[in-house]
Amino acid sequence: MQPIITAQDRENLVSPLFKFDRQFWMTIAALLVVTLPGLALYVRQLFLGLGVTDLNRPVFWGAYLVNFIFLIGISMAGTVISAVLHLLKIEWRRPITRIAESLTVFGLMVAGLQIIMDMGRPDRLVNTLLYGRLQAPLMWDIASLTLYLLTASFALYLQLLPDIAFMRDSTPENAPTWRKKLYSTLSLGWRGNKEQWARLEKAITTVSVILIPIGVSLHTVTSWLFSTTVQPGWKSTILGPYFVVGAIYSGIGLLFIATAFATQYNHHLKGYITDTFYKNLGWIFIVMSFVWFYFTLNETLVVTTEQETLEFPVMAAKLFGEFAPAFWGMNVLMTAATWILIALKLPVKARSNPLFKTATGLVMTALAAVTFAALSMNIPALHASLVKTILLAAFIVFFILALLGLTGWFQARLIPSTVIASAFVLFGMWLERWNILMPTLTHARIIPYTTYFPTATEIALTISTFGILTLIFVIFYKFFPSISIWEVEAGRAIEQKNGG
Amino acid sequence: MANWCMVIDLEKCVACQGCSVACRMENNTPVVSPDEAKNGRAIRWNDVFPLPVHIAPEQGEYPNVKTHYATRPCMHCENAPCVKTCPVQATYIDEEGIVRQNYDRCIGCRFCTVACPYGVRYFNWYAPQWEGSLENHLNPDELSVNGSLEGPAVRPVGVVEKCTYCVHRLVKARERAAAEGREFRADEYVPACVQTCTGKARYFGDLDDPDSTVSQLSKSLRATHLLEDSGAHPKTLYLAEG
Repeated sequence: MQPIITAQDRENLVSPLFKFDRQFWMTIAALLVVTLPGLALYVRQLFLGLGVTDLNRPVFWGAYLVNFIFLIGISMAGTVISAVLHLLKIEWRRPITRIAESLTVFGLMVAGLQIIMDMGRPDRLVNTLLYGRLQAPLMWDIASLTLYLLTASFALYLQLLPDIAFMRDSTPENAPTWRKKLYSTLSLGWRGNKEQWARLEKAITTVSVILIPIGVSLHTVTSWLFSTTVQPGWKSTILGPYFVVGAIYSGIGLLFIATAFATQYNHHLKGYITDTFYKNLGWIFIVMSFVWFYFTLNETLVVTTEQETLEFPVMAAKLFGEFAPAFWGMNVLMTAATWILIALKLPVKARSNPLFKTATGLVMTALAAVTFAALSMNIPALHASLVKTILLAAFIVFFILALLGLTGWFQARLIPSTVIASAFVLFGMWLERWNILMPTLTHARIIPYTTYFPTATEIALTISTFGILTLIFVIFYKFFPSISIWEVEAGRAIEQKNGG
Repeated sequence: MANWCMVIDLEKCVACQGCSVACRMENNTPVVSPDEAKNGRAIRWNDVFPLPVHIAPEQGEYPNVKTHYATRPCMHCENAPCVKTCPVQATYIDEEGIVRQNYDRCIGCRFCTVACPYGVRYFNWYAPQWEGSLENHLNPDELSVNGSLEGPAVRPVGVVEKCTYCVHRLVKARERAAAEGREFRADEYVPACVQTCTGKARYFGDLDDPDSTVSQLSKSLRATHLLEDSGAHPKTLYLAEG
């Protein structure tokens, strides 16, 4: 019988970790260029105060809070993939559990940063420990976030343990001593004997079971920050599950982007993260997309139909007012993403009809973008009822034709299409968070309506946030294999046993 | 213990904004530039604004035009959303029914400002500043409770501040009574806005004392609260325009 992990695997998965080549340093440099301006502006904010943002009364929360909820959301990926799929013993999860779990940890880390960025007095953070009131929703969030971060880090470490030992045993001779030391210390004397494996399996299963309710609690509690207040637009019992669904939805999106990024970065990974993963997780993605639309419909339709004095102005701002571009933009992005994912599941057929040509699709996309922009612009002439109706109808026609035209292109490219759909979902989910916060905050009850648009500081810090997230990702995977080697081994062993 | 309460008679109010200015001088609320004020950064613990807020101030067609104004201090709610949401107990209801703010403990998360349905809470976006000679006329009073700043002395950047019913005046009145060796009387203490009110439209006193003006007025058929349905059990009373 052949050894399950071959020399080729070692070459593919371990050797790149010891090569600090140009590509690595260029990536780091590019990320630093993106990240540093925001950090400099944050230092300025520390000295001057939150006045450097566009926050005002009553828009006391802004981009930082939107980023916070968004990052909490994308961190859901790890829990779902690793814990749920582990418990269900689904085999195709094996190569991507590592990336999934690490995304949870990294996402939560930068989410925590958002809270600190948003605080008027970050120097008094310790007050939450000294005087924390457990009755306050913000303390639930802090407690839940801390617990989730600790549990997820522990889960990631447990899952890494056999691979750290593998690294310890496969470190090249010329590797620096401190790295050898690092692996031998972190591997905690892992020898891979039967008893250790049995214990590890037990521990991973236990942590998976614990992680799921903690993950759900964090997303629910984050929604309670809003739904426990008496502000119109937030007083909704559906917000908890809506946030959980949105979290899984955007979490899967990020996972797709991260795996595609990782395989692009190290081409050898393509042999491990195969199309099967994109196809199977794609199904879950489609389901989540429909569940998300179902919740969005619930939120929108009920308030729109009852037209209550306080709630309706907030909803009207989303449907027809200043938040219409963001609200309908979100829906357009999600619809496009869902169609792309469905198209990948449809049988591929060569069609001679020019409607299904890529060129037609691109033209229609451009036309749809132009009509959408026209609808979003604040020009009175464009809002005359007849003009608006024509524009709306034209947009719908162009949009449908664009999707149909590009279907063939999408079907021919599984991974790029999935990444595009994921990017749409991520951007759409960021807009969704924006659409939950901003209409309510700008439409206070007895404060004049105001507007809010992030300043350069807030935009730069948002970019920095994602820069930091990517930096952590890139650096972490220079030290640890991005594919769970022992899981791949276990998967192959099962295949062999089944006569593969 | 008293249960301090303010009553505002909108029939008598002329919307002169005297209360707003008196509050500003008494409580050292910082001044902001016109641009900042336009961006919703003005700090007015006691605000005067047209009612309803989201419709043009004049309603109806000439000559049948109506204008309504409301003056708005803190409601000092009995079920205050700000107190419920504060993660560090920097805001609390004291035993005399006043919602107070501990400026040394506030972490600036602005949950209370978001939760308050009345918008009575303000945030210090920048370090407070005063133009020209204004700086020489700050109120020197300072109220500290267990070493934490709660009174009108200047607040630092990054914390939330709000109307306290001029609680430092209550402390001072009590101290004066004690120094003179006599009982403190409820009518020795009124907030600055009540003292200054041009139309004598504001009343202040102990709501639990059945003989006090405020508790007599609270029985009026005109007595009402702002956003009665907010669930916060606002305490500051309004006497509606007839």
